Amino acid sequence: MPTFTFSGVACQAAPEESVLDALLRHGVEVSNSCRAGACQSCMLRATSGVLPAASQQGLKATLVEQGYFLSCVCRPEGDLVLEPAGGLEFTASIAALERLSANVLRVRLRTDTPLEYRPGQYLTLRRADGLARSYSLASLPEDGALELHVRRAPRGRMSGWLFDEARVNEAVTVRGPAGECFYTGGSPDQPLLLAGTGTGLAPLIGILRDALRLGHRGPIHLYHGALRPEGLYLREELRDFDSAHANLHYTPVVLEGGEPEGIAAGALDKTITAAHPKLSGWRGFLCGDPGIVQLLKKKLFLAGMASRDIFADAFVEAPGS
Amino acid sequence: MSSLYEQIGGQPAVDAAVDIFYRKVLSDDRISHFFEGVDMDKQIGKQKAFLTMAFGGPHNYTGQDMRKGHAHLVARGLNGTHFDAVAENLSNTLTELGVAQNLIDQVMAIAGSTRNDVLGL
Repeated sequence: MPTFTFSGVACQAAPEESVLDALLRHGVEVSNSCRAGACQSCMLRATSGVLPAASQQGLKATLVEQGYFLSCVCRPEGDLVLEPAGGLEFTASIAALERLSANVLRVRLRTDTPLEYRPGQYLTLRRADGLARSYSLASLPEDGALELHVRRAPRGRMSGWLFDEARVNEAVTVRGPAGECFYTGGSPDQPLLLAGTGTGLAPLIGILRDALRLGHRGPIHLYHGALRPEGLYLREELRDFDSAHANLHYTPVVLEGGEPEGIAAGALDKTITAAHPKLSGWRGFLCGDPGIVQLLKKKLFLAGMASRDIFADAFVEAPGS
Repeated sequence: MSSLYEQIGGQPAVDAAVDIFYRKVLSDDRISHFFEGVDMDKQIGKQKAFLTMAFGGPHNYTGQDMRKGHAHLVARGLNGTHFDAVAENLSNTLTELGVAQNLIDQVMAIAGSTRNDVLGL
């Protein structure tokens, strides 16, 4: 009889019993609803063991790759070790601080032990006094240092500290990685659409570099939106990157401020759907402002992109940040 | 005789239908305003659970769940014409997927059986 270990609690499954039923019978609280492998509210993550294919059917590729499965339809043959999502904690220090624009700071962190992550996932940065905020990863694991882009939030305690007070070598803690907005291999010719606002550019750069590193051959369209031209950053670098890769197309977009050279003017969603009215067969990555991410999700879906091919990370601002 | 759910094609059929169905619903001016501001991923999960039930598959829905789940929409004016519009989109989805008419009729009968609970009647 298989044994499931969840956060240290060992549960013996009865014959034909699902993981969900076994956990519930042992008093482990797991949210659930349809019990038919559809609604995904009972999703858990396995860190070791063999998952039956049926328990991952219909899940996004990024979830499958991380061992997520639907516990209500999971009847495994062998043992499983299960964990709640969220990653592990690492001690780290600030390796470099660099202004990318008036309001965006590039923060590089060094961890004592290497963090395993997929570019585009996020981590939670914690200061010595406990103040914590989440930031997306623009770096690749082989870069060594972890790269975050921090926007100066109005009255932001963490961003204010990083901009004005933090020094190189300062000790911090990171917890992670988390998030399902990242590139997976297997469809190297699929057209990709990457769109984001503000520091939503950070995970998109991670995803973009990861796709190229893994040999993606299909066209990659990167749209970076901002209210005004001064909200854009890394324009020179991205333009150079665009010139160096035949399949990469970088378009900065601003809502206000005329149409300076090399920048498209207008709403991000309209600029994208005007350039790409039919998106069936494409894969999309959307990061940044929650309202715009939600709007783009819907627009891309209505333009034909499959729901399982849309990956999004909405940046929710911490209350009273 | 295999079950309705097996004849339609089981979970893969639900996966194939959900995007087509939800895209029709979101593009339908009669009902799209009920979906303003809802999270698309969560909504797709709910639509899959609903389709699984309508296709005669395993489910855990009770009439009470249907009532509670739609009460906030009834308060915003959800009525029979909206229910019929959703049903029409479901029927068109199945036609588009090439499902046989006698199976579509069975699905529509199951979907129709939720009418009073959805509308809080």
